Amino acid sequence: MSDTPVDTPPATAIPVDRPHPVRALGLLSGGLDSILATRLLTSQGIEVECVNFHTGFCIQSHTAAIRNPKPGAPPPRHDALHAAELLGVRLHLVDISQEYVRIVTNPKHGYGRNLNPCLDCKIFMVQKAWEMKERLGFHFLFTGEVVGERPMSQRRDTMPLIQREAGVGGWLLRPLSALTLPETEPEKRGWVDRQALQGITGRSRKPQMALARQFGITDYPSPAGGCCFLTDEGYSRRLQDLWDHRGGVKEYTLDDILLLKAGRHLRLHPGCKVIVGRDQGENNFLGGFKKGRLLLRAKGIPGPVALVEGEAAEELLELACRLVARFGKGRDAEQVTMEIESDQGRRTRQVTPLSAEEIPKTWYL
Amino acid sequence: MVSLGETSPDEPSPPPRPHRQVDARNLLCPMPILRAEAAIAEMAPGEILALLATDPGLERDLPAWCRVNHHTLITIRRQGRELTGWVRKEKIGP
Repeated sequence: MSDTPVDTPPATAIPVDRPHPVRALGLLSGGLDSILATRLLTSQGIEVECVNFHTGFCIQSHTAAIRNPKPGAPPPRHDALHAAELLGVRLHLVDISQEYVRIVTNPKHGYGRNLNPCLDCKIFMVQKAWEMKERLGFHFLFTGEVVGERPMSQRRDTMPLIQREAGVGGWLLRPLSALTLPETEPEKRGWVDRQALQGITGRSRKPQMALARQFGITDYPSPAGGCCFLTDEGYSRRLQDLWDHRGGVKEYTLDDILLLKAGRHLRLHPGCKVIVGRDQGENNFLGGFKKGRLLLRAKGIPGPVALVEGEAAEELLELACRLVARFGKGRDAEQVTMEIESDQGRRTRQVTPLSAEEIPKTWYL
Repeated sequence: MVSLGETSPDEPSPPPRPHRQVDARNLLCPMPILRAEAAIAEMAPGEILALLATDPGLERDLPAWCRVNHHTLITIRRQGRELTGWVRKEKIGP
């Protein structure tokens, strides 16, 4: 791979003369880079709208908010939405989670350190944005990518691959690193003032933070924060476990990947997993997923809610009840009455809570 | 006017009757907003959407979404864990 200019797709009725207004569509995660990339273009008078894609794996503060909020903490917020408001641009929120399954399960360019298919993901998002650009009449695309910032999708050798495989040729501008990259079509045509763009490279966020100060932008998420659960080791381990115990078939539902975000996950048996809430917030959350699963809770004693996924043979159900009883206030009791709720109704079962020693570490995912 | 808080008998006026209601309870952000965006795209200007959710982020996200897309947020009300937002679709919007 090289930095040689990539093939330019056929022009789509765009005049060579500067259109008025020049309209650009940007990928906005809500992080500092995409905020700055947008601001660099709006400050040139370019009419910008942005798109934020929902893959099902996006990390938002809402995910942490599944758990009990810290006293006095503000409600969580959607970063891209608030960035769009800060920037004064329209934001298209687009759900790509169904199509995204094939990106996660069969990435052409493989995974990163965990189950993160960053390169395929970026190519896919740029493709989807290109479709929107064509449909909504924008002149070019832009992203907040920075050369050398990320080990997989933001390398000098992989960035040209993104526009090539996405089929967008020279119509993808990276305003933060533009001065270090070949000129794009909007720059060549004078629609964008290249000299007003940046030449930032590398992992340090100091140049971006300095630029943010210059623009008076102070309200942005932690610059080093990740935006995807698939880069998280624990999350990826739980997802891999899910695939391993479905006959090695790499597939998932939206409920599957949501449930991987909450609770303690313990696999008692190849065909049986228990998800135990860690606080009232998670108990409420898990309660919303009881359809098609068993929901366990101690009766008359404070304790967690748990979901049982998979086989519910009596022996395993007994074990799951004893396990869940262990996590409640009745852990030292001789007997705990567990309520078992299924789609068919409720019943109870008397169990002796497991001791700490009876819970193998290997159960924890 | 936007109000936010527990519904009480002192509420000055009941929310308007919605033309469409979307139940996004037990869904995490951004699903409630995505569901609202999909629903409102099929509605006519002037019509009212009621969005039910349990994600506490709705308190901040729904007003932001309305401002970004030029819809009018009529009110958000909380009842226990559940939030309901009423939004009027304006002419400039999806």
